Amino acid sequence: MTDVAVVGFAQAPHVRETEGTTNGVEMLVPVFQELFARTGLSKRDIGFWCSGSSDYLAGRAFSFVSAVDAIGAYPPINESHVEADAAWALYEAWVKIQTGEVDTALVYGFGKSSAGQLRRVLALQLDPYLVAPLWPDSVGIAGMQARLGLDSGLWTERDMAEVVARSRAAAVDNPHAQLAGQVEVDDLLTEPYFVDPLRKHDCAPITDGAAAIILAAGEKAREIAARPAWITGFAHRVDTPHIGARDLTTSPSTVAAAKAAGIDGVEVAELHAPFSHQEILLRQALGLGDAVRVNPSGGPLAGNPMFAGGLIRIGEAAGAVMGGAAGRVLAHATSGPALQQNLVCVMEGRE
Amino acid sequence: MTRPLSAPLDIGFDYTRSLGPTLGRFMTALAERRIEGMRGSDGRVFVPPAEYDPVTAEPLTEPVEVGQEGTVLTWSWIAEPLEGQPLDRPFAWALVRLDGADTAMLHAVDAGSPEAMRTGMRVRVRWAEETAGHIRDIACFEPLDAPERPRPEPAPAEPVTMVTTPVHLHYQHSASAEESRFLRALTEGRVVGQRCPVCGKVYVPPRGACPTDGVPTTDEVELPDRGTVTTFCIVNVPYLGQRIPTPYVAAYILLDGADIAFQHLVLGCDAKEVRMGMRVEAVWKPREQWGPTLENIDHFRPTGEPDAPYESYAQHL
Repeated sequence: MTDVAVVGFAQAPHVRETEGTTNGVEMLVPVFQELFARTGLSKRDIGFWCSGSSDYLAGRAFSFVSAVDAIGAYPPINESHVEADAAWALYEAWVKIQTGEVDTALVYGFGKSSAGQLRRVLALQLDPYLVAPLWPDSVGIAGMQARLGLDSGLWTERDMAEVVARSRAAAVDNPHAQLAGQVEVDDLLTEPYFVDPLRKHDCAPITDGAAAIILAAGEKAREIAARPAWITGFAHRVDTPHIGARDLTTSPSTVAAAKAAGIDGVEVAELHAPFSHQEILLRQALGLGDAVRVNPSGGPLAGNPMFAGGLIRIGEAAGAVMGGAAGRVLAHATSGPALQQNLVCVMEGRE
Repeated sequence: MTRPLSAPLDIGFDYTRSLGPTLGRFMTALAERRIEGMRGSDGRVFVPPAEYDPVTAEPLTEPVEVGQEGTVLTWSWIAEPLEGQPLDRPFAWALVRLDGADTAMLHAVDAGSPEAMRTGMRVRVRWAEETAGHIRDIACFEPLDAPERPRPEPAPAEPVTMVTTPVHLHYQHSASAEESRFLRALTEGRVVGQRCPVCGKVYVPPRGACPTDGVPTTDEVELPDRGTVTTFCIVNVPYLGQRIPTPYVAAYILLDGADIAFQHLVLGCDAKEVRMGMRVEAVWKPREQWGPTLENIDHFRPTGEPDAPYESYAQHL
């Protein structure tokens, strides 16, 4: 296996609504510029480009092709796209580097979640024969999952509110965060239900945003970054689309991906949990002890740009390594209803 | 600074899908107001049916009819239903395990209020007035203590092989700041492009970023409404929504001073006279019909000037 590391990460501010287009160009151009300034690279140094986004989110066909304008794709570039969170685009780029064809890759994700009604748009990721025709919204499905855990004693509404309070407090130090500040758990618990048993603060906000990561192999990575975040394990797995046949109180695909990636000894975990109970579920499924710092960036509850949110978890976790705050970290990304598809990326610093 | 232009964008499409043997059988049973699951490799009964076992991936072939009453395993309360959902009054989403099944079906429960919902409660199917072989033949579930509605006698249905699901989505579509300036200039009868500060190329419509250099395009350039046909096609095939009688010419037109061509119509001459290099000018609609759209230009027509030499537009093809 070729040693591959994250050597740079940049992201757009997380905001409730941008005035920009759904092809992401306005958000991506400054993100690329910041990333190149930080790494000292230019677009000509990038061997492979891969993006994650969704036409359903954008409400137009081939929105990712328009996004290529942000790159300045001349001379012609080596490029690919996944209709998924850009964490999966990062996986494709990592595989591409493993083939030996390239030694650098730039991965980006973008989403203007505010353009449509996000809860409805996400119904279209469900089984198109048996489920999507009923338009089950993403919050309604998450609510059913939350209640299963409440009923079986795996978490309480107070536990969920504590996740929210911790996320908002941690996000105070995150200049990109959409929601940050000191909130009291008791106050949160007096809020009315939004989709019983979920309150609004249990749900990640609707966020427009974009992010990008540069990967590099071996010596190249050492040239670019003083302390690259070396990827030591990377895997993704999926659970059945038959939602009523899954055990929704855990996440077998996360457990399987973590086993394949090898997560022992992580000090920081950035978990892509768009609902408060899912952070608890993931901690339990991954067996993360109290010593592991979870979502020091604030996590998705502080801002969750669709199709970039998973990539941002990897970028934030890598940042903890590159900045020297941690030696070994875990990043998780999710896709699909109620944590159906999950990716785990483990990174570490080397002296 | 003026906000970029934006407008509602409504998208609608009927997704038509073929069903295959397993789902076809399930949908046919629904049309007959019956529910059929499928036995999995480990003996579990899947409702709705699985085509392949989720664990072993074995193809599954043993249908099992199950009951029309079941148990709520979990639920969430939708106080404000969204467009397209099974009920237009507050309802619960629930995972319902039907009697005889081992897995749960996601559907709506018409319970009136969240106080009437609880995990473990018993519910039964409420059938739609008319069935068609679609998941929505189940209108919703209702608590067992709800008054039972008269149920039509089950009658054999024709085998169902296809399912059609209309999808309607609503967006607020935004033009970029540059596109907005372009569209606003059109309302004044002007055509505005933008020059890339790095390569000097002029884009019309302006794009926000130079696709060659990846930098924001900042310098505005006013362009004339005449140019050159770089390439074209003659449309002979009638299609749905066609507004111009065939044959007509759709052409790429490179405005003088621009570095990218855009598509428009060339009318005002016989279709077979249109050629690469032909010089054309805009024919504007009457001013009172102008809006923020390139449709203010009704079409382009030949100017009668000598053709532009091939070299003048060769790099724009």
